[in-house]
Amino acid sequence: MLRLAVLALLAFMTLPTVVVVAVSFNPTAILSFPPTGLSLRWYVNVVTYPQFQRAAWNSLLVTAGAVALAMPIGTAAALGLARGRPRAASLWATVLLSPLVVPGVAAGLGFLIVGAALGLLRSRSVLIAAHVALVLPFVVRSAWVSVRNLDPTLERAAASLGATPWRAFRRVTLPLLRPGLLAALLFAVIVSLNEFVVSLFISTRLTEILPVAMFTYVVNYTDPTIAALSTLFIVGTFLIVWLADRFLDLGGVFLHHR
Amino acid sequence: MARAVVELAGCTRDYGGIRAVAGLDLVVYEGELLSLLGPSGCGKTTTLNLIAGFVPPTAGRVRIDGQDVTDRPAHQRGLGVVFQSYALFPHLSVWENVAFGLRERRTPRAEIERRVRAALALVRLDTRAEHRPAQLSGGMQQRVALARALVYEPRVLLLDEPLAALDKKLREEMRGELREIQRSIGITTIFVTHDQAEALGLSDRIAVMRGGRIEQLDAPREIYERPATRFVAEFIGASTVLRGRATAPDRVALAGGEALRVLGVNGLRAGEAVELAIRPERIRLAREMGENALDGRVTGVVYQGVQTELTVEIGGGQRLLVFVAEPAPAALAPGQAVRLHLPADAFIRLGPEEAGR
Repeated sequence: MLRLAVLALLAFMTLPTVVVVAVSFNPTAILSFPPTGLSLRWYVNVVTYPQFQRAAWNSLLVTAGAVALAMPIGTAAALGLARGRPRAASLWATVLLSPLVVPGVAAGLGFLIVGAALGLLRSRSVLIAAHVALVLPFVVRSAWVSVRNLDPTLERAAASLGATPWRAFRRVTLPLLRPGLLAALLFAVIVSLNEFVVSLFISTRLTEILPVAMFTYVVNYTDPTIAALSTLFIVGTFLIVWLADRFLDLGGVFLHHR
Repeated sequence: MARAVVELAGCTRDYGGIRAVAGLDLVVYEGELLSLLGPSGCGKTTTLNLIAGFVPPTAGRVRIDGQDVTDRPAHQRGLGVVFQSYALFPHLSVWENVAFGLRERRTPRAEIERRVRAALALVRLDTRAEHRPAQLSGGMQQRVALARALVYEPRVLLLDEPLAALDKKLREEMRGELREIQRSIGITTIFVTHDQAEALGLSDRIAVMRGGRIEQLDAPREIYERPATRFVAEFIGASTVLRGRATAPDRVALAGGEALRVLGVNGLRAGEAVELAIRPERIRLAREMGENALDGRVTGVVYQGVQTELTVEIGGGQRLLVFVAEPAPAALAPGQAVRLHLPADAFIRLGPEEAGR
């Protein structure tokens, strides 16, 4: 009985993925399950569809830009939170983590209004800014944990040995924060690549990122192309996580615990 | 007179309304090992942090070699510091830990090589250069920390309870080793500890601290044999404090009525109230009644192998701590009547407690 319940739960958890992956190999243009055959034609369609190519490029730029900004900001914030006055820290933590609780629709609307007022909606800058705000909570959280595990006397030791504050940060603090920061980076990349709701509000046909392009595609067409792209997305994400866990010493943040 | 190396002049440090160090004056001389000794919260670590430059003083000046360094940050003071937790860099090898200070000084590669090798040899860790700190025992980590702090030949070595994290036997070993290394290179050293045995055994001079001030600054023997205040007498070693009134320049009447002859204590004036301390190892068991002999009753017996600790109650409810060397001359048990002899030259007169404490 228990075994059955566990199996049911397992099926329930993985079903959406299984269905999407199966449908993506369907030779016919209908989103039917189970698939009637095996074909890669929708994958060819994904790769050759111009709007997807453009959106992939946009995704790359937006994610790279957002992560490049969010990492230093989030790390500095985490250091500040861990070392500043406790009361100020809790206030700042609330501000920095707020994107987690603000509904995407509200945030998207806000960014849309501000972006429109500034006349920036044609460029990717509003998208990048929004993604910075959205990934910051993940970066700050992850970095904060590492900073709190850091022995503050290590920096004093570095100072006593003649290291300037910047040198102490470079030679001691940063290397010791590395695993936490890599985890933060990974979170940030995944969150940014998958972000949809807020991005939908502030994208144009020229700046839209992949999830938004996929949505637009589904609204207009109902063939398994989107399932193929989803499958690629799933595989890509898994690959990133697996490689990171395997080769960057994350201390088993993701797949297993050492 | 030896040269002053470290000078604190009127140093005060407040932490949010709490005064950790209160107007401290201290001079540390060339080549000496000075201990800052006191219970936790007495300001000894804060004093060390003021010298190291980790915290700025709220008031007062810090001088090193006659130069005012009060406004100079820690990384420009060129001191060597060993921390209680050792604070070794866990991501660096033993070699890189020791080389850290030299690299910050842009020392040439060959020179780094030579000096690190010598420093590791000094602390007998030449074979562990490639290990990470976590792979070493506590005692070895301690020696790495020492090598790291000494390798660039700092002007002053600051040790913050460096032995506290070690177990007893290792601690005693390291104490000797530390003293030997300090002597051999003759470095001016300031040693923070709450362990009186450590301070007595290691130091040239001890500053006993309490409430952010120095209660007494003297050589270990002076501190032990002539504590200036009741606090010092009770913090360093064991002692019993007797209250009484002087009846003559060499006579004190205790509260219980017993009269004692007191020698070697200055400035007794008939009629004034005095506090006398006596070390438990100076009190003897006596057979006959005589000068400075007191009758009492044993209230506590603690056998300790090398000696037995007795608590004896005399007239007026005053209790005395007595160490009787083993083997004890007689069977001792609670309730037993004993006669004690308090040698006239064994008393220490305690200075009056400062007001406001």
